[in-house]
Amino acid sequence: MQTLGYILRRLGYGVVLMLFVVVLNFFLIRLAPGDPAVVIAGEMGGITEEMLAEIRANYGLDQPQIVQLWIYLKQIAVGNFGMSFFFDQPVSKLIGARVGPTILLVIAAQVLSITIGVAMGVFAARKPNGPISAFVAVFSTLGYALPVFWTGIMLIILLGSWFPIFPVEGMYSARFEGGAFARMLDVAHHLALPAITLAIIFLAQYARLSRAAMIDVLGADYVRTARAKGVPEMRVVFSHALRNAVLPILTVAGLQFGNLVSGALLVETVFNWPGMGRLAFDSILRRDYPTVMGVLLIGSAMVVVANILTDLSYRLADPRIRTGGARK
Amino acid sequence: MSGPNENVPLKAVSPLGEAWRMFRRNKPALVGVFMLTCIIIFVTYGLLFGGDPYEIVWAPHTEPGDQGFLFGTDYLGRNILTALLSGGGPTLAVGASAAALSVFIGISLGAVAGYFGGWVDTLLMRITEFFQVLPALLFAMVLVTLFSPSLTTISFAIGVVMWPQTARLTRAEFLKIRELEYVTAARAIGAKDGRIMWKVILPNALPPLIVSATLTVGVAILFEAGLSFLGLGDPNVMSWGLMIGANREYILDAWWPVTFPGLAIFLTVFAVSLIGDGLNDAFNPKLRER
Repeated sequence: MQTLGYILRRLGYGVVLMLFVVVLNFFLIRLAPGDPAVVIAGEMGGITEEMLAEIRANYGLDQPQIVQLWIYLKQIAVGNFGMSFFFDQPVSKLIGARVGPTILLVIAAQVLSITIGVAMGVFAARKPNGPISAFVAVFSTLGYALPVFWTGIMLIILLGSWFPIFPVEGMYSARFEGGAFARMLDVAHHLALPAITLAIIFLAQYARLSRAAMIDVLGADYVRTARAKGVPEMRVVFSHALRNAVLPILTVAGLQFGNLVSGALLVETVFNWPGMGRLAFDSILRRDYPTVMGVLLIGSAMVVVANILTDLSYRLADPRIRTGGARK
Repeated sequence: MSGPNENVPLKAVSPLGEAWRMFRRNKPALVGVFMLTCIIIFVTYGLLFGGDPYEIVWAPHTEPGDQGFLFGTDYLGRNILTALLSGGGPTLAVGASAAALSVFIGISLGAVAGYFGGWVDTLLMRITEFFQVLPALLFAMVLVTLFSPSLTTISFAIGVVMWPQTARLTRAEFLKIRELEYVTAARAIGAKDGRIMWKVILPNALPPLIVSATLTVGVAILFEAGLSFLGLGDPNVMSWGLMIGANREYILDAWWPVTFPGLAIFLTVFAVSLIGDGLNDAFNPKLRER
């Protein structure tokens, strides 16, 4: 029950954070030079006076700022993010169609980078001065310095053009025929390059981090005890040690989520992946602010949810936090 | 941890001097310094003597080495070497000034939060959390678009989205140091809050902050490159990111126009991060024995 109360508190705090993102959106639109109605309509030609009048009425632009903010908040609360005048569709619908692919990409990259990164870190930690350790040290510095969009392009040239193993853009093959399973494989095939691209930067960090955490843990008394009583080495490493090294990895995984969403934005643009990043890019170039603001809001919401999930997984991984024993 | 050293220096060495000694022995860090020096010389040469990067000099997509074009030409037939020479300046300038702004905001807020504690700390940390929730690149894109892209607005936007990490680090250091005896001593002799914060605590909190600031420069350069790649850079200024963005559509015809500017960004950030790692080792000799 303690956990349920905790989840509710965290959700409440998350809602407050989102409220502030909405307020920020509101003021950003008004900070932009020019008539907010024109800003909202997107600074492109061909806006009629009727459209502007409609925007002014919908957003209450002839009323005091505080009333406008109230109207805006009420609209967002019922899921009305406004109309995109460039795409000629409600923003909520535009985003709704693109949230799935982005979450798929981000989670695939996260899973890929954590599993491979932690595996590399674990094997490196067993021989702190061995070749894998040296590789992890070099690789993590290299990974940090790679511009993610450029890595993507290099992979396209290498694995999409010179050795055409993977498709270079989109999420589905054109004119695809086949059952649900074949379709899933098709999506996975398209997902491979974008997910690898996004995973490379983070993979390096997880490798480095889990190496350090594992070296700490492998020197602990309980690991020596486990070895002394004859527990098989693989079990010592993965069951006794890794479980205790997992907390710092979780911390970073949670903190990285925002960066992952930012990275996804560039990767989606490179690979024409039909997600929110691609949508943000298209709408920013057209100055389609309702869409941009909607993406900013939903992107932030994804980070908030990821943070809550991280905290919950903390509690699963470490019973001390669950019972409050670790509180200072 | 560190046992007695055979070459114990006879005269006292200041902590900074000691760090410098450690840094000088760190080969990767020296490689980083060397690389960065070369890049800065290259970029400065480009700013002073580089030609017009927009001038069409030969047929489009001339291969590297062909006709004397070291890095070939791009899709319009512009010399890639010339563009590399003049594109580095904006990237480095924006990277450095954005990092400076972000470190300034981060240290100011973090120091105030960590030193005063209480409701000031709670408020500032809530603001920091709020900024960490916004996807940084997206927020920077929105800021740049709203205020129209120029080198100033881009530096400003990157600085504004990047400071939370520095703020958290500074706060943690201040929380730790403000409890130490020399801070109590300074307070006992009547030093004011401002003096304690900036003259007593900050110098002692500097080592991790210097490391973090160095790495921030690297991240800021990547940010600038990302924004220019997306076409949100200053439209009147050539930059490495913009070169990749402009040539993106033709990558299946020609690999070199995107490869070299990306390599330039990569090598710059790599040099910066080697220096950052070296500084980290120099300031924390204990970590190195792992």
